[in-house]
Amino acid sequence: MMSAPQSQSIDAGGWQRGGAMAVRRRLVERFVSLLCNVATVVVLFLLFSILWTLVTQGAGGLALPTFLHSTASPGTGGGLANAIIGSCEQTGLAALIGTPVGMMAGIYLSEFGQDGRIVMLVRFVSDMLLSVPSILVGLFIYLIIVEPAGHFSGMAGTLALAVLFIPIVVRTTEDMLRLVPRAMREAAYALGAPGWRVILSVCLRSARGGIMTGILLALARISGETAPLLFTSLGNLNWSTNLNEPMASLPVTIYQYAGSAYDDWVQMAWTGALLITVAVLATNILARWWLTRNGSAQQ
Amino acid sequence: MMESPSTITARDGVAMDTNTRGWFGDLVFGVLARLAGWFILLVMAGIIIVLVSGGWRAFSAFGPGFITSTAWNPISDHFGAATSIFGTLVTTLIALVFAVPFAFGVAFWLVEMAPPALARFIETAVQLLAAVPSIIFGMWGFFIVVPFMAHYIEPVATHYLGHVPGMGLLFRGAPYGTGLLTGGLILAIMITPFICSVMTDVFVSIPAVLKESAFGLGATRWEVMRDVVLPWSRQAVMGGIMLGTGRALGETMAVTFVIGNSNRLGWSLFAPGNTIASLIALEFPESSAGSLKLSALLALGAILMIISFITLACSRIFLQRGVSN
Repeated sequence: MMSAPQSQSIDAGGWQRGGAMAVRRRLVERFVSLLCNVATVVVLFLLFSILWTLVTQGAGGLALPTFLHSTASPGTGGGLANAIIGSCEQTGLAALIGTPVGMMAGIYLSEFGQDGRIVMLVRFVSDMLLSVPSILVGLFIYLIIVEPAGHFSGMAGTLALAVLFIPIVVRTTEDMLRLVPRAMREAAYALGAPGWRVILSVCLRSARGGIMTGILLALARISGETAPLLFTSLGNLNWSTNLNEPMASLPVTIYQYAGSAYDDWVQMAWTGALLITVAVLATNILARWWLTRNGSAQQ
Repeated sequence: MMESPSTITARDGVAMDTNTRGWFGDLVFGVLARLAGWFILLVMAGIIIVLVSGGWRAFSAFGPGFITSTAWNPISDHFGAATSIFGTLVTTLIALVFAVPFAFGVAFWLVEMAPPALARFIETAVQLLAAVPSIIFGMWGFFIVVPFMAHYIEPVATHYLGHVPGMGLLFRGAPYGTGLLTGGLILAIMITPFICSVMTDVFVSIPAVLKESAFGLGATRWEVMRDVVLPWSRQAVMGGIMLGTGRALGETMAVTFVIGNSNRLGWSLFAPGNTIASLIALEFPESSAGSLKLSALLALGAILMIISFITLACSRIFLQRGVSN
């Protein structure tokens, strides 16, 4: 909208202070600023609305029985204990499986550049894996583990979460290792340290803060995943910590309860939603705080 | 790699026989790292093979017509992908229409207008919005947004826009609250923070001298954004938008709650529909192993994967070009 007047000579009058063009430009600027402010307020309002809804609806169920009793049929006063334990067990195990694999693959991408094309392929595929819709991971694990075994299991859920966890860790590990200054590696090599020692004792140690942040963020991400658990660990109304049986988890319980017609189940769904959101957001804040603290310590 | 005792200590520096242990350690470490890398290739190949081979029965039973057919009838065993592909694309499109301007507005505000102390706080808040699990969006959408749409937005939109020739078709229909529009809006809220954080990163990374010279000529913030920053960062911004698109395409839980889950294809944005992901989430538990329905769902999964890979490939091309600029 500026092009036509701009092509005229500069002293066309409208450009002078208080001229028509100057007023118009200032109005456009004001208008855009206003829109940007509105956009920011709307986005913040949405976040606030979600949190407010969760707190007002979910706080009612925050009582001791919720944490002590397992899920039960409507009207019999069940809790969420088995879902909480199941979620912790499956996410924790997925992180235990995924962390070493993801870190080694991240090291491979950052430190084994001599492998050439295959490194590029692994990097590309890892990015693909990062963007695979999580429900497809659930389908995959169902077909290779649940169907052959003939039953749903907590282990299948764990593996589905691990598949989602690994590429996040790969990405963070690689990014953080790349930030390690070249001089540090060279110094370690000059001291005669073998390659693996340089990577483990020098590079990984200096990238530790960033990688830990990545792992925490990945943990937060998979702990809220529902879709990959629907066809793998299925959910379980009873108390079970056996990885070989169907296992309850908070997200799946929320999904089942929220769609039900029973008031106490819906109440429990809100409480579960509040719990998981608080856990996820707290982990996120912790991870970011950790990163800023470590980042400033390194500088 | 544990066979060698710790020989690096702060005090005595490095004292190790590199020729023997170092060589062996490097070998073991190299094998482990490569195994991890190959494992990733294996998982991805596994996902592709399992979905395509599982969906093969449906592909061969219905042929190319699978993609254009709107049927979804488990009783007569007739399945088609058209409705759910349509729903997936339409909800994603709606999400982009709303998310891109908002993400741009917030990023512009964060980079150019926000007081520094406030900017950090708001940026964290936006990132926290991205971290909220999708099922929470679904539940919040179902209990809060759906009634709001049904009572306020949809009747008003029908009243004012329903009679506009052409476009009016989009805004007719019973105001259920659930439907394609609501699904798209929830997706928009979910992907806005993603697009916004890419945009913020790109806008911050532009060389200061470019902006300063434009400001020096007397340009306003908006003119600098429109004539300097945006042309310079166009590619990377597109990459960020594509990343958000990929997420919207495959989102399951948030959409399942609010889309209405009905196998229909029509102009109305208020009408219930379905997406590939929501159809899989709902129908998969009800399909028996080895049935044609299961195969059709896996075929849908394969189609979804192809769509999201194309999106990812586009985003990588854009982001790489944007970086090399």
